[in-house]
Amino acid sequence: MSEVKQETTHLFCVPERTPLSEHKPLTPTDFKSDVKPDWCPSCGDFGVLTSLQKACSALGLQPKDILTVSGIGCSSNLPGFFKTYGMHTLHGRALPVATGAKLANPDLTVIITGGDGDGYGIGVGHFLHTVRRNLDLTYIVMDNQIYGLTTGQASATTEKGVKTKSTPEGVIETPVNPMALALVSGATFVARTFSGEPNHMAEVMAKAIQHKGFSLVDCFSPCVTYNKINTYTWFKQRVYKLEEKGHDPKNFSQAMTKAFEWGEHIPLGVFYENTEVPTYEDLDPTIQRFGPAVKQRLGLTEKEQAEILEGFL
Amino acid sequence: MSNAFNLWVGGAAGDGIASCGETFIKICARLGLHAYAYNSYQSVIRGGHVLFQTSVGPEKVWTQSDDCDILIALNQDTIDRESRDARKGVLFNADRFKLEDNSLRPGARSLGLPIFKLSPNPLMQNTVALGALMKLTGLPFETLANLLRETFKKKGEQIQEANVQVAKSGYDYAAQNFPDLGISIPTGSKRRLIMSGNQAYAVGALAAGCKFYSAYPMTPASSIMHYLAPKGPRYGMVFKQAEDEIAALNMAIGAGHAGVRAMTGTSGGGFSLMTEAVGLAAMIEAPVVIVEVQRGGPSTGLPTKTEQGDLFQVLGASQGEYPKIVIAPLTLEDAFYTTAEAFNLAEKYQCPVIILSDLLLSEHQETVDGLDLNVKIDRGVWAKPKENGDEFKRYLDTDTGVSPRAIPGQEGMAYVAGSDEHDEKGELISDVATDPHTRNKMMNKRMRKMEYAARDLKPPILEGPKDAELTLVGWGSSYNMMKRMMTAFNQNGQNRINILPLRTIWPFPWKEVSEVLYRSRKAMIMEANYTAQMARLIRQETGFFIPHRWLKYDGEPFYPGSTYQKIEEVLKA
Ligand SMILES: Cc1ncc(C[n+]2csc(CCOP(=O)(O)OP(=O)(O)O)c2C)c(N)n1
Ligand code: SF4
Repeated sequence: MSEVKQETTHLFCVPERTPLSEHKPLTPTDFKSDVKPDWCPSCGDFGVLTSLQKACSALGLQPKDILTVSGIGCSSNLPGFFKTYGMHTLHGRALPVATGAKLANPDLTVIITGGDGDGYGIGVGHFLHTVRRNLDLTYIVMDNQIYGLTTGQASATTEKGVKTKSTPEGVIETPVNPMALALVSGATFVARTFSGEPNHMAEVMAKAIQHKGFSLVDCFSPCVTYNKINTYTWFKQRVYKLEEKGHDPKNFSQAMTKAFEWGEHIPLGVFYENTEVPTYEDLDPTIQRFGPAVKQRLGLTEKEQAEILEGFL
Repeated sequence: MSNAFNLWVGGAAGDGIASCGETFIKICARLGLHAYAYNSYQSVIRGGHVLFQTSVGPEKVWTQSDDCDILIALNQDTIDRESRDARKGVLFNADRFKLEDNSLRPGARSLGLPIFKLSPNPLMQNTVALGALMKLTGLPFETLANLLRETFKKKGEQIQEANVQVAKSGYDYAAQNFPDLGISIPTGSKRRLIMSGNQAYAVGALAAGCKFYSAYPMTPASSIMHYLAPKGPRYGMVFKQAEDEIAALNMAIGAGHAGVRAMTGTSGGGFSLMTEAVGLAAMIEAPVVIVEVQRGGPSTGLPTKTEQGDLFQVLGASQGEYPKIVIAPLTLEDAFYTTAEAFNLAEKYQCPVIILSDLLLSEHQETVDGLDLNVKIDRGVWAKPKENGDEFKRYLDTDTGVSPRAIPGQEGMAYVAGSDEHDEKGELISDVATDPHTRNKMMNKRMRKMEYAARDLKPPILEGPKDAELTLVGWGSSYNMMKRMMTAFNQNGQNRINILPLRTIWPFPWKEVSEVLYRSRKAMIMEANYTAQMARLIRQETGFFIPHRWLKYDGEPFYPGSTYQKIEEVLKA
């Protein structure tokens, strides 16, 4: 018997990432799936989808090398309309599923898409832990400050005093501040965009995908049906771009200050970027020694078998 | 009931009870003996009462015993509680503790050791006791000496020899001061492995090529993690401690979906948190293996005590109806081979496979004759691009219900796996108001897989004489006690009992179980819960009502004495 029992992973074809030099140039349309989005007309999520398609084509990515993972919500339907490998999982659980997939195959570009209810509400525990791990993941949150799919209840980012179906006399809790939460949790890339600024959004998304480490892109993505307060107009009157105001994304305390800016003026753009922190994959001892788990042979060599049994003698 | 030798080691948590007992059974395993050990402990790091119960002998030892031959008592509490359970004698630190003669059984000896005189360091009292034990049992001192040298290898020769010296002083003291207790244990030449059930699961996963293990600590499943965490970087398995069990299973599903063999492990409480994701795995047809080690419930319950109370939780986990496989291993060997098999089943049928264990099976240690780590690996069916025309149908409706798989990164087969109901391509139909046809087709496709899986799973086997007076039915760790009872009752070729151990739990082997039970003369269920869950499952699936019940939910395992008595009663009834 040979030393190595199983030469391959038993897969007929091991997923290999297409080298950049062999990429065929793709247009945003190449990232359109056959399924037509079922969002309400003018839902902010349309802008997020087109911007993401633009970003991926601009980066020269191939659909087969991308895995898009979502939870449940209107926004979480996005993978169905985006021509990549996709997973449409459970409400609030997209991040752990994406983490498992990334650890199994770090060669994949893993993008997570979902809503504020999904990520900052039911899934906020996973959010915090995934941020602090700094896996090379890109998390796009379509933040409409409401539960869209379940027809308009308050979410974790609904502002104080706002009346919704579940808060008929107004919200009495302090909303989650996703920017600040990500920053204090150790995020290495934190940005905010707005569906009303699709080109800016695509640029920021491209930067986020390119960033090696966890990146959060919080997108103001108005729910035209259930949020009558935070509308396109409401945002248009308030948003401005950090990069136009000389913001230094390397400066953590400046980013923190900007994270709390809300009201008359609301900042968009890259709040914070730290390229010095190694990713989880770069530190995981198994991945470092063996490379992507998905490409390994299965089964133990005779030597390994003997060594394991020796431990029980 | 057998010529085994029984050693108990008792004390407070933190006294080194387990390492003392483990050293003894390891010595026995090396000397060609069979061994079985059960540690009765509590959920405290220091204090409490811990009793490590070992039985060893030249023939297969199936369970722990009702009493012991020698008790090593490491504190006064143990002397007071357990001395009357020692038949031959009690070893203890005579400098610190007192043993009154009237707390001994008639004929048993007080074996006090002057630890301060025998050891420079009173913390080495366990080693002195082990040395004395070698003398009292007649087992070769060199085996202990070698084991001590191995244990302290990293600490250098001086520490190694100091330990051997202390053990020797115990040995010599026993030779000069203790009477011959008439113990002789015939040794053999076959060295055996000694391991726990959780180690068997962990080794099974390594052998099967599991490349991803995620878990959140929870007794009694944590020792799977403790074994795998350091082994991962050696054998190419990524280990991830998750923030909770919800994440643990969802991570494993992500990894399984991305194409690696993935597993998670927990106890009942953690499994409660996982349930929603069990259904996700089934719906997106991602292979994943889950080890659920039951402990005393409900709620936090008895964290360090055994029970078989999660059968219905596992069978009923997650909303809706979906394909799943549940296997409850019976022995350590079975724990190993079941794990290897679970990965094949998960990939062949693209569904969650749950290995249902219990604390006693997972944490007790036993000698194993050998394990074949060269296990069969079957990764199921895989798709090729453009196999069925241009359009890739990940959830293709086939005769077996199994659709050829593709994983992210492969050329030409990008698809979306959805937890919503979807069609063969994976496109959601949940929002299409009227598509009952597709719904039925997809539901039937998924459920059909179980008809084929059922044929792939080992049917239960009736052990013992076919026409016995009583058929004993049980599962999980109860198997060892059932075996012991069968040997005890059927001595000299008698036909008193036979046993039906149930290993395949779901899909339930109703045909085979019916065949046995409807022909049985008398039947009794034996399981560690209050409501006889397995008996109820059997009734649900076969219509057969098992009238006699031997149930236990106090957290301690079944003991041979009371089990024997119960069977006698039922046989007479
Ligand atoms: C465990 C669980 N609880 C509740 C729901 C119901 N549910 C589906 S989506 C959703 C909230 C959606 O809000 P958000 O994530 O902000 O997405 P949006 O629809 O606004 O894009 C809820 C509560 C569910 N699917 N699963
Ligand atoms: S309900 Fe709101 S979030 Fe959902 S699709 Fe309509 S506009 Fe978008």
